[in-house]
Amino acid sequence: PRHGPAPAFAAAVKAAGSADRSPLTPPHSQPQHGRMASEEREQPRARQRLRVMAGHLRRPGTGPAATSTAEPATATTTTTTTECPALEPAAADGAAKATGSIPRRRQEILKWNGWGYRDSKFTFNKKGQGEFTGKRYRLSGMVLPALKEWMEKSFGASLEHKTTPRTTPNLDLPLSILNEECLKDIKDLNIPFSQDPEDRLIRSHGHCLHEIFALREGKVQRVPDVVIWPSCHSDVVKIVHLASKHNVCIIPFGGGTSVSDALECPTDEKRTIVSLDTSQMNRIMWIDEKNLTAHVEAGITGQDLERQLSEYGYCTGHEPDSMEFSSLGGWVATRASGMKKNIYGNIEDLIVHIKMVTPRGIVEKSCQGPRMSTGPDIYHFIMGSEGTLGVVTEVTIKIRSLPEYQKYGSIVFPDFESGVACLREVARQRCAPASIRLMDNTQFQFGHALKPQVASIFTSFLDGLKKFYITKFKGFDPNELCVTTLLFEGTREKVLQQEKHVYDIAAKFGGLAAGEDNGQRGYMLTFVIAYIRDLGMDYYIIGESFETSAPWDRVLDLCRNVKEKLVKECKEKGVQFIPLATCRVTQTYDAGACVYFYFAFNYRGISDPISVFEQIEASAREEILENGGSLSHHHGVGKLRKRWLKESISDVGLGMLKSVKEYVDPNNIFGNRNLL
Amino acid sequence: GPKCWRRVRLLAEGGRAGCGGWLAGWPGGRWAVTWPGGAAVDNGRRDYEPRMSHMAPNTMAGTTVDSLYSQKDTTQNKRERFEDLMEERRQSSDLRYAMRCYTPVVYKDLVPRTPSALRSVVLKSDPVQYVIKQLAKETGESPDIISDEASDILEKMGHSLRLSIVRFFAFTLSKIFKTLFHKVHVNEEGIQKLQQAIQEYPVVMLPSHRSYIDFLMLSYIMYTYDLSLPVIAAGMDFMGMKIVGEMLRMSGAFFIRRSFGGDKLYWAVFSEYVKTILRNGDAPVEFFLEGTRSRTGKSLMPKLGLLNIAMEPFLMGEVFDMYLVPISISYERILEESLYAHELLGVPKPKESTSGLLKARKILSENFGSIHVYFGQPVSVRSLATGIVRRSHYNLLPRHIPRKPSEDVHRFLDAVGHRLVVLQQKNMVISPWVLMATVIIQNLPGLTLTELTRQTLWLKTIAEIFGASIDWPENVTPDKVIRSSLALRHNIVKTIKNQVVLCQEDTPAEFTVEMIFKHTVSVLMCASYRNQILHVFVRPALVAVAFQNTHSCKREDIFGCFSYLREVLSDEFVFLPGNLVKDFDEGLYLLMKSGAIHMSQADLHISEKGNTTISFLSVMFEPFLEGYQVIFNYPLHPEFADDFTEKSFIAAVRTYAAELILTGAIKYNEVLSTDMQKNALAALIRLGAVEKFKTVEGIICKVNKQTLGRVVDMLAVPRIPVKNAAVARL
Repeated sequence: PRHGPAPAFAAAVKAAGSADRSPLTPPHSQPQHGRMASEEREQPRARQRLRVMAGHLRRPGTGPAATSTAEPATATTTTTTTECPALEPAAADGAAKATGSIPRRRQEILKWNGWGYRDSKFTFNKKGQGEFTGKRYRLSGMVLPALKEWMEKSFGASLEHKTTPRTTPNLDLPLSILNEECLKDIKDLNIPFSQDPEDRLIRSHGHCLHEIFALREGKVQRVPDVVIWPSCHSDVVKIVHLASKHNVCIIPFGGGTSVSDALECPTDEKRTIVSLDTSQMNRIMWIDEKNLTAHVEAGITGQDLERQLSEYGYCTGHEPDSMEFSSLGGWVATRASGMKKNIYGNIEDLIVHIKMVTPRGIVEKSCQGPRMSTGPDIYHFIMGSEGTLGVVTEVTIKIRSLPEYQKYGSIVFPDFESGVACLREVARQRCAPASIRLMDNTQFQFGHALKPQVASIFTSFLDGLKKFYITKFKGFDPNELCVTTLLFEGTREKVLQQEKHVYDIAAKFGGLAAGEDNGQRGYMLTFVIAYIRDLGMDYYIIGESFETSAPWDRVLDLCRNVKEKLVKECKEKGVQFIPLATCRVTQTYDAGACVYFYFAFNYRGISDPISVFEQIEASAREEILENGGSLSHHHGVGKLRKRWLKESISDVGLGMLKSVKEYVDPNNIFGNRNLL
Repeated sequence: GPKCWRRVRLLAEGGRAGCGGWLAGWPGGRWAVTWPGGAAVDNGRRDYEPRMSHMAPNTMAGTTVDSLYSQKDTTQNKRERFEDLMEERRQSSDLRYAMRCYTPVVYKDLVPRTPSALRSVVLKSDPVQYVIKQLAKETGESPDIISDEASDILEKMGHSLRLSIVRFFAFTLSKIFKTLFHKVHVNEEGIQKLQQAIQEYPVVMLPSHRSYIDFLMLSYIMYTYDLSLPVIAAGMDFMGMKIVGEMLRMSGAFFIRRSFGGDKLYWAVFSEYVKTILRNGDAPVEFFLEGTRSRTGKSLMPKLGLLNIAMEPFLMGEVFDMYLVPISISYERILEESLYAHELLGVPKPKESTSGLLKARKILSENFGSIHVYFGQPVSVRSLATGIVRRSHYNLLPRHIPRKPSEDVHRFLDAVGHRLVVLQQKNMVISPWVLMATVIIQNLPGLTLTELTRQTLWLKTIAEIFGASIDWPENVTPDKVIRSSLALRHNIVKTIKNQVVLCQEDTPAEFTVEMIFKHTVSVLMCASYRNQILHVFVRPALVAVAFQNTHSCKREDIFGCFSYLREVLSDEFVFLPGNLVKDFDEGLYLLMKSGAIHMSQADLHISEKGNTTISFLSVMFEPFLEGYQVIFNYPLHPEFADDFTEKSFIAAVRTYAAELILTGAIKYNEVLSTDMQKNALAALIRLGAVEKFKTVEGIICKVNKQTLGRVVDMLAVPRIPVKNAAVARL
């Protein structure tokens, strides 16, 4: 194992120190070899922990190397700028670029028409068995014998009825709107940019159903005219300045994982649209071990951030389900929430400092005090601004030592009601583990559909025995029972103590411990599940997930009513097959919980499936709002949920936001038209 | 009959059971194949739209209960679908019937529990516990004592359904009903829909209320058709009947005090009791929207308190949806007819008692004709509320804290209440006697039998054009129908020398107040049957009156007058709130349909033969218009005291009106009815001519003479108050 800082990090730290680019740079951010040495024996253990933690993300053995790519070569890109002080030595080092796992030409490793990595997808093999391809995930390369039957049973789908989507992106785009003068100025910036149709197309959308559907059908509406890749804060300042000068519309693009229509270009935007891709702003500028903070460029993806921090024994603990691809700046802009927020907090709890470039100038605070009473918190204008005010360029985020010990767990409940009651009690006693999630029966059955082929007769015998025990001996109805998955983190002692506490509470609500394996599988599926929609779409199944948060006393009613609304609405809208409408409680809070819905149906026999889908989704959102649920827990408003914002935050509230926008960006340079 | 109905149901259930788990809930994977209840249960909102087009006679749509312009075919269909419940009773053993297997279908999400478990759930519920703690804090009493009190209330109130008692009732009621009633007609299609509704969502049954028989009959029918017995909100006064009250309780009734305005604990316990039953779908909840038995035969204005409680589980998102089922029970002859007439004249209602009930045995020797029970289309509360009520109102206050309905919820409840009463009216079945009573009361002191027959038949035609469903016997000569009806009503009318007159008509020589009251009893009894059909005529009749009053052929003028009349009479007759223009359109449409009115260019004209219709219709409503004029004029009388209470007002008006009748200054005795007096006072308050004040002694009313003067003028010589907004919509 390597000792001491990785070269890229060292370079960054050195640069930060020598260039003295910020008065906030802490003195100890210089590499302190003495201290590091004292922790040398800690290093192997830290790595061990890292492997455990990353276990659900990636199979052991497939390291970051698998994702690193060569420098992209686009015809129109210019050479790397020389004006980012931190970058210069790193670039010279040659290794710095490898730290970011998303290249400028993201399409080289990511799908253009679906979720995630190109090499990973669900498919049916020649025997009609489900399979997950690639090598990145635990499920990769495994055969999933129950998948086919589940799809047939749940959706009335059949392997014979396959859709025929495009195999290549439709690059027949409208001409790029960009006048000579502006183009010249962009060139003069000396920042990489591209007018390549493919680059533009893949930055014209997020991952809403209709967006992916349109890609597969080859339907193209407004796309950005230019894509630009700033490498640092000052690049962004220049770009925003140029945009103001030429009255150009900027749409910031981070990980591209939006599910709220936030990245969609307004179709009637007549100005040049510049997609500002932050993916190359992905360095950790410094780590402050005294205050346990890290200063990071906002374009870094979750997995890069965690991986790089882990090399020093740290983590942020912020793990949204999209963390492989979503970016720090995106989290800030949408008020993201992480799976392990019970220990680490949501993004608003993690942020210490934000730097944002706006048309009006740079907004940031002058110190990094942990809490302030200086009027309304300006960071709260930024968090959730969804790219309407500016670009978040740098963030100081809290870090923690990597957890010493991690343990998964799971509990089976006889029904959803007792599961919710248990979660409520766990929240009341404030003993929630890093993550606690309750799946309803349908999701539990779905989990079964994704079970890999059993390796030995013994395992299958054991499974049978477990099933017998739960259903026959304990009398759980297999069509009612629900599963809670748990993830504990901390010191070994504390984890074991907390584990006992949680299982004791569960027992009071009729819950039975169901083993670590089931828990771990649950969390592994978190990342893999996003891939399944692409498979469904091959077989006339369209679906989406959406979330809300609600007070505890409303959770049960809300779940039931929204699911029922989805089913009823499908029937009324002429959907020919009973839809999949399922939910899980994914977060617990003192005063309520976050609920996540999955909704999908077989659209055979409907002429306009997307519009039907959107109407149904909208009616479900209305049902949520009428049942005391919020407009969004962490997906954000985007353009998808704009119409309900006013009733959600009142006229005056909306006016307050508008007046901020008015002041910060009077010419609507950040014209993605989200939120307001 | 019920028997074959049961067979059909078993078959249907067998089909369902074969489907297996939830996913297989739709065989063949298609919605279209089965949808439990859904297909039969119409979207309530759609009913708002008038259906002008002719409807296919045998489809479900043909039964649309709320069609404003019912078709003749529809009514006939309706009649054909009625089944006589008694037929089977008369042929087979009542004992076997009472002992037969009773396995009603239940709500899909029902968690079964005993009545005592239900009571303890209610007692431990958050809303009840909250109020107990509140009261403990306010009064300084220990929560335990208040809790005991609550448990006591529950004990007194709660039902304790017992199958043995139900079977006892099934047996005795079979005997009694067979003696009292010729036939009991039930629309089985409605039963079928109700059965589906019960499985799908919590159900609230809302029958019309004309007699004590109502809820006994309903439970009896539910038992007969193997439906779960409703839990019935009954007035506490029944508990006066010791054993009977207890037995009613064991057959599913629960008892509430008539008024418990200030009693927070009572309110909390009671409302939670109702809501708990609804949430869990233990049983259909049944109550009377009208609050009490209508003494006049007209529908009463809906009371919203219980409706609010019943709808709260939906409004607060505790259930996905619920069904309101309007039920129309039409009696050919009402058991309490003479009692009601006396009550309307101020003779207090006798207390319910078991001995009283035993005394009432003598009615068993009388014939009360037939009953029609029509189970209306279940109305989805969700579809009523969609786009009207924002349930997010309920987001900001914890759900266990009692609250008054917000203004828009109140408006919604009011609209729903009115709507359901209107739905009850639409499905009432009208007997020949009702038509005859309408004719007789327009021809007092009497008319010849031939004239009665002629006019009755004419009225029948008009009524049918207007969409009434009339239970006119087939294959019987009209003469025979009239004669047999007259025979059944020997307590109200008699035939002397071929003249049909009221019973009290034979001593007209000396007019004393006492005689007037005696005479009025007969008039009111007769009127109570005429009143049963007024809902069919009220819209066209008010247009007719407006026509006569305005002497205009301009649509706007007539509309102006109509809207004023409708406003004045809106405590007397049930109009859907906010439906003014539609009501006018409907009235006009019906008059045109019957050929009474023509439209040439933009002008409206009365046709030649239409004069009869127009004048008949306006005379039909004259007792009300005249009565209101008398009552409205009374406060302008010099003797009138400035401050008054409702009670004193009514007593005084009665004396005043009686004098007017004695002097022959007014024609119609109906003004003596306390019902009309109360409604007129309510109208005065609504119109701002009388103001209410809360004082220490109670509610005091004061007259605003200026406004009253205007109101009286308008009614006497109806002018055309131009309501711009409304006219614009024309």
